[in-house]
Parts: sequence; C-alpha cells; structure tokens
Amino acid sequence: MKKSETRTRYLVNFIAVVLLFVLSVVMSNAGGDTLKLKVVPSIWQCCYLIIMAASLNLVLGFLGQLSLGHCGFMAVGAYTAALLSLAFQRAGFYDEKSGPAFLLVLLLSTLAAGVLAALMGLLVGIPALRLKGDYLAIITLGFGMIIVNVINNLPFCGQQGLGQGSASSALYATGLGFSNDEKVQYLWVAVLVVLLCMTAMLLFVRSKYGRAIRAIRDNEIAASTSGINVSYYKVLTFTISAFFAGVTGALYSCCNAALATTSFAFTNGSILNSVFIVVMVVVGGMGSMTGSVIAAVTLFLLNYTIKNGAWVSTLPAFLQNVFTYPMLVYSIVLIIVILFRPRGIMGSREFALCDVPKWPGMIKAWFSSRSGEKEVVGHE
Amino acid sequence: MLEIKNLNVHYGAIHALKGISLTVQDGELVSLIGANGAGKTTSLHTISGLLTATSGEVLLDGQNLQKVPPHTIIQMGLAHVPEGRHVFASMTVEENLRMGAYIIRDQKKVSASLERVYHHFPRLKERRRQLAGTLSGGEQQMLATGRALMTDPKIVLMDEPSMGLSPILVKEIFSIIQTLHKSGITILLVEQNAKMALAVSDRAYVLETGTIAMEGPASALAADDRVRKAYLGA
Repeated sequence: MKKSETRTRYLVNFIAVVLLFVLSVVMSNAGGDTLKLKVVPSIWQCCYLIIMAASLNLVLGFLGQLSLGHCGFMAVGAYTAALLSLAFQRAGFYDEKSGPAFLLVLLLSTLAAGVLAALMGLLVGIPALRLKGDYLAIITLGFGMIIVNVINNLPFCGQQGLGQGSASSALYATGLGFSNDEKVQYLWVAVLVVLLCMTAMLLFVRSKYGRAIRAIRDNEIAASTSGINVSYYKVLTFTISAFFAGVTGALYSCCNAALATTSFAFTNGSILNSVFIVVMVVVGGMGSMTGSVIAAVTLFLLNYTIKNGAWVSTLPAFLQNVFTYPMLVYSIVLIIVILFRPRGIMGSREFALCDVPKWPGMIKAWFSSRSGEKEVVGHE
Repeated sequence: MLEIKNLNVHYGAIHALKGISLTVQDGELVSLIGANGAGKTTSLHTISGLLTATSGEVLLDGQNLQKVPPHTIIQMGLAHVPEGRHVFASMTVEENLRMGAYIIRDQKKVSASLERVYHHFPRLKERRRQLAGTLSGGEQQMLATGRALMTDPKIVLMDEPSMGLSPILVKEIFSIIQTLHKSGITILLVEQNAKMALAVSDRAYVLETGTIAMEGPASALAADDRVRKAYLGA
C-alpha cells in the first residue's frame, strides 16, 4: 500500500471516530424519552456485545481455538467492577455519580475487572490450551458453568447475586449501576471504551504477535518449526481475550441496575450467552474484527426487534408464534449466512471506509462467481 | 554435528523407537529410509522437540536437546521441514517465508535470507504475492523448505519431501536438495522413496519397526541385496 493511501485511510478513520464521538456527546446532551428509554440503553448493550464478539474473535477467529465459556470471564469482570465500586462508595470516596472521583472509580473498576478476568483466563488457559479442539471447548464450557456457581456461593456476592437481598438497592443506588439518565450522561464512556478496546485488539492482530497467532491457526506444526512458542502465544491470546471480556463485564455492570449470575449462565436464553457470542463471531467472519462489530450490532437489532418490535404483532399468527421463540429465528439467520457466506459476512476481510467505493465491483464479482458455480453444477 | 544415542520413544503403550543411534557429520547428507510406521517421522519429531523421548540423548554440536522446547531448538540452528507440506495457507508466499524468520530480529538479515531463498527457489519469487494455500503441491513443498532455510540453519531435517508429488516434481525436489547440500548445508533426509534418497545421499540408515536394521554409505546400501529387495523393488 502506498504511503499517501495509508495516510488518507488514517485521516478518514480519524475523522469518522471523532464524528462518532461527537455524536455520542451530542446525544448525551439532547433529551427525549425515546432516546433515553430505548436508543441509549440499546447502544450500551451493543457496546458490550461488540467487545465480547471481537475479543472472542481473537481466540476463535485468529487463534483458531473454540472457547465456549467467554461469558464466564465477563461475569468475573462484572462482579469485580460492581463490588469494587461499591467498596469505594462505602469508604466514602464518592457520593454521587459525577465528578472526577467517580470517574476515577469507574476507570479503576474497569481496569480491575479486565485484570482479574485476565488472571482467570491465565489460570484456565495454562492447562486448557495444552488440549486441542473438542477438549478445549469442553474445558471452557465447564469453566463458564463453574464460575457462575462459584460466584453464587461467595458470601460477599450474595446467594442470589447482587441483584436480590441486601445488596440489591445498594448497587443500584451507589455502585456502578446507571439509571437511564446516567446512561445518557455517560454514553461517551461506553463509546470511548469500545473505541479503545477495538483499537487495542486491531493493533494486536496486526502486530508481530497477531501474525504468530494466525500462523498457529493455519498450521500448528509449521508454526512450531518456525520457532514460534505455540503454547506461549496460545495462553497470551486467551489471556488478552479474557481481559477484554472482563472490561465488557464492567460495562455490563454499569448498564444494569442489578447483577445476577443467571445473566451469565449457560442456560441464559437471551442474547448474552457464550454460544450466542460464538454465533456472532461466525456470522461476522472468523478473523475479521470489523465483521464481529457488524454481526454483534445486527444480531442485537434482530433480537431487539423480535422482542420489542410492533411489527411482530402485525404478522400472521403462525409467524407470531415462531417469533415468540427468538432462537428459532436466529437459527434460520445462521443457516442463511452459512449457505450464502460460509466464511461469515466479512470472511477474513476488514471493513474500511476507504474501500466503500470499490464495493459495487466486488459485489458484482461475487454474484458472477456464484452464477458461474451454478453453471458448472448444471453441466455435471 | 548431530548425534543420537540410544533413543527410545513411546506413544502410550506403543514402543515406537527402540533405542536408535545415528550421527550426521558436518556437511553430510544422510538419509533415513524405511517403510510406513518404521519410525522415521517419529525420529525427526523427537530431534526437533515436537515429541519427548522416554530415554536416550539427542546432541546438537555436543549440546543436549532433551527437554529443550521446539522454538528454542530452532534458535540453536536446527530447522525442520515437516511432512505433508505444512504451509500457512492464509498467508502469502512472502509472509510464509518471513514467518520462517520469526525468531530473527535483524530485518537486514531477514531480507538477506529472503534473497537467498529466492535464489534457490526462483518459482517462489514469481509467486511471492500469492496465497500459499493456492500453490501446487510441489510449490508448497518448496515453500516449506524455503521457510526452514530462512533461519540460515546449520542442519535441516527434511521429512518426506517427495510425498504426493508427480515423478517430474520429485526429480526437481531432489535436485534442489542436492544443490542445497552442495552449497554446504547439512541435511538429514527422511524418505520412503529409497531409490532417489540413496542416489543423492552420502550415507543412509535403514529403519525397521523402530530399530536401525542397516547403515552405511548410500552406494553400498543401494547395492545391498536385502535393501534392493525390500525398498528398491529389484
């Protein structure tokens, strides 16, 4: 790539990021009930889903290992951030959710959430990544289930989590848990965290480390005989991925009035489920960070419209019944994606604003290659 | 340069290598021939650290390689071209070669190695921007070999370079091996194609179900009746 082109790309991206940021600040200051009750909470949810999908993509798409316990790391992060912020509040460090003291606590809790989740990732990763394929999936699946029970049985988290019993109102009123007004006020925090995390992860996959983990995904033996310390890079990637899942947990505890371990459990039927995060990565494209972003937002919107959309009630009764089981709809979406884009929406490409003018040509080429395939089948 | 003493390797209860010993001198081309399941690949994997031996010693220039992890062994100057054309399919030819020099920090050295590899394999230079997964079998074998040469190794272990290639390509690969050998690289070659292997080697070992059955100068083994009957189809 030419230097001038690189510079244009940086400039375009920088302007886009600034615009996005300004937009979030403007939205924070604008009023309106729709905004407060629907749009902003949705953006918060999108924010944590984006980081979840992208961080799982590090392990699943770039390292090529199936991890089914990603929400477990998120749970660790969420509880760390919530408990830490509560502790600061009880120590009298801040009274209300504004001012530099609170922002400092917010920053600290988020970082601590990431670090503790990364530690858990390290603990799970060291033994688990010696295993391959199905076995790693089973271990991480087990971790996701065990961590929920561990948190449930920790006395300071409460039997039912922070959501019920004594801690419930305390968290809502004084910890990180934001009310709708505060979600609007601190929307920029969520956007900033997403931007920082995505930048960090993109830099990671484009670095020397990123090349090493892609080499491991392509061929472990060849990577090893090229002098790459395979187990080191596997554990490193797993730990980094867990770190970002922990940060996501902090966002989650900001975004919810109460915490309950059931939200992270494997039996959770909603969008926040380790398997669903895997689906996001697969739909977006394994090995494409921007693909994960697109898939996370798309699947969130799908989930949202199925559950809250007025248009669902205008459908024929049969379809309405189908739509009461969102998982059915997701599986149909998944099948369609696998049929037409087996490598996900983005494959292993990245979305770039500067590439948008090239799209018509690429789409044309894609269709002509598909019709070409069909002709070959016809001749056989 | 490379010395293996009484090496034993087990896969669970299976005793795969039953105390083999072999040596490779500086500048030699030594081949290890034998049938399927004789333990040829196992030997190479143990030497380069991908497998751990139950007992015995692997010495590279007098240094014991036991319990040294594979990525460190590469740094000590031993390169391994694994069996079955292991390339990084989603990367280009040049990226593959650069991955081979992953442990080298000096970019000037990397560029020099790249030029040297392109000199040995002009075909790779033609295709340097192509994805490795789209190369033909022979080209992938060249790429895997070229990648191993990127670290400027003292000794190269080559595992079945002729596997799955057409007769013409087999000849081409073997002539490349000969050129590499003449340029001063020490090679330990594992082959099922005993005829070709014996034709290019200085010395050879015959491996049978985990033990060394015969050893000697390649020309003497090629003339030996037992070897001719069992491996050369005569």
